[in-house]
Amino acid sequence: MHHSPVDHPVDSQVVPLHRLAHARAGDKGDRLNLALFAYEPHHYETLLAQVTEERVLALFAHRGASRVRRYPMPRLGGMNLVIDDVLQGGVNGALNLDGHGKTLSFLLLGMEVAVGINDSEVS
Amino acid sequence: MTFLIGSGAGFSGDRTDAAIPVVAELIRRGQPSALVFETLGERTLAAAHRVMRDDPDAGYEPLLGELLSPVLRDCLDHGIAILGNFGAANPAGACDVVARLAEQAGYPAARVGRVHGDDIRARLDGLDLSPWEAETRALPRDQALISANVYLGASPMVQALELGAEVVVTGRVADPALFLAPLMHHFGWAWNDWDRLAAGMMAGHLGECGAQVCGGYFADPGVKAVPGLATLGYPIIEVEADGRLVVTKPPGTGGCVTEQTVKEQLLYEVHDPANYLTPDVVVDLSHVSVRLLGTDRVEISGIRGKPAPERLKTTVCYEGGWQGEAEISYAGPNALARAHLAADVLRERLAFRAPPELRKRLDIVGHASVFDDDDGEMQRRLPAAADGDYRLRLAVEHAERAWVERAAQELLALYCAGPAGGGGVRRQFQRRVCTASYLVKRTDVEAFATLLEESHHAPLAS
Repeated sequence: MHHSPVDHPVDSQVVPLHRLAHARAGDKGDRLNLALFAYEPHHYETLLAQVTEERVLALFAHRGASRVRRYPMPRLGGMNLVIDDVLQGGVNGALNLDGHGKTLSFLLLGMEVAVGINDSEVS
Repeated sequence: MTFLIGSGAGFSGDRTDAAIPVVAELIRRGQPSALVFETLGERTLAAAHRVMRDDPDAGYEPLLGELLSPVLRDCLDHGIAILGNFGAANPAGACDVVARLAEQAGYPAARVGRVHGDDIRARLDGLDLSPWEAETRALPRDQALISANVYLGASPMVQALELGAEVVVTGRVADPALFLAPLMHHFGWAWNDWDRLAAGMMAGHLGECGAQVCGGYFADPGVKAVPGLATLGYPIIEVEADGRLVVTKPPGTGGCVTEQTVKEQLLYEVHDPANYLTPDVVVDLSHVSVRLLGTDRVEISGIRGKPAPERLKTTVCYEGGWQGEAEISYAGPNALARAHLAADVLRERLAFRAPPELRKRLDIVGHASVFDDDDGEMQRRLPAAADGDYRLRLAVEHAERAWVERAAQELLALYCAGPAGGGGVRRQFQRRVCTASYLVKRTDVEAFATLLEESHHAPLAS
């Protein structure tokens, strides 16, 4: 709905991350972490290639995000994304209904990614 | 021998009947075990300090009685130690409640242990403080201090267990340390056995949020199915002497323990997975893997530990003025335009009816709210249906309650002076807490345990 578009070859399809991965958000102060995991092992490479620090920063730029650090977790088929200054003051400072940023895992899962056109394991 | 730790609550406000099936299963298995209640969030403590100012007998977890009553007698009967940070701002008051509940359960001589040393309000000015790594705010000297509490590690809780405590009451401790403490007591691990300390801390990290590792906060219909969310089983962590961990839950309860539920909780609120800081050990999760052993049984392996940090995290809470919220609904034909018009009217009114320093935000729930920024960037950018069911929400902040009330009253006035068909106004006001995270030298912290109505005050090296 509001993610940066991805360039993708003709033999691929663009789907929301939600179709191939699950995520949970956690907060500490004005810093958010998003733990993101592929459902299928072969989609871990898709996450690594397309869920980059740059794209995640762009997705959260409107909220003032200043930095994204990505920690790949290959044994878990996922990654930890740590985003600074994205919580508008955090649980004690934000005017947002969701000061913890708990809902933001699903903002990430709305990001578009390209997968193979015949990738039957996209849910 | 395997040690079992059950979770009875994962936050203040959690289900108060969750511990019942957990304790039943601990008793059925007949292995050494403990039960943990984690009920103290980052700002729950500030709220508790405020409550205590008005009522010196309050300031501990308000649901303490409801949480403990259903399971206290069973735990005392079967030697299941209970540990909880439900002491909040008033561990002494919580100890008295626990003692009364124990007496009612037929145990007038129950041993209730109390952890001291987390509250450093009185000593704050004399301490060597450094900012926590993500902290950008200076200590706000111009605002009234509410609380300053160090995240203590497991050692004072181990001391309480060594004194024979059957229930251990704490204020601020690192949440996972509530789980590490009974493991240290049971297995006698050395305080520099970093890999085992890390495993014990991770048993706590996985269990401290209660149902979140057992299918709570996980369900996504059609994508991630979770059976029985209404009767979720809370976790039981099985820990071996060598640090091996298995997460499971009581049979016959709802929820599920899968590799996916465990992975989500494993990195919850973690930053650098190779350096997860806790008071007793720096945990390295780089090599962790999870493996499904059977139905609702997941093993976690590869946890490593590094020496404990030199400084401990401290949360300092100050008065932060007032926040107010007010909402009004618009539904049916052209509802979106009517909600936007109402928002425009409020902006215009507040520009001349409120002081410029009033912080404000306007959401249109149903269009863009929680994902948006304070300026409504997504609200302007994203399309939405003209007809629908929308709720305009005003949130404001000011040092003085009167201005917050005035702003919320402007939304109320939309009833007669705003667009057509607005209804369902609700308003609420609350004090805000301003928090800052700092680090204190662990050698400056004096943490120790006492038993209720005893005077054992031997300070522990932290």
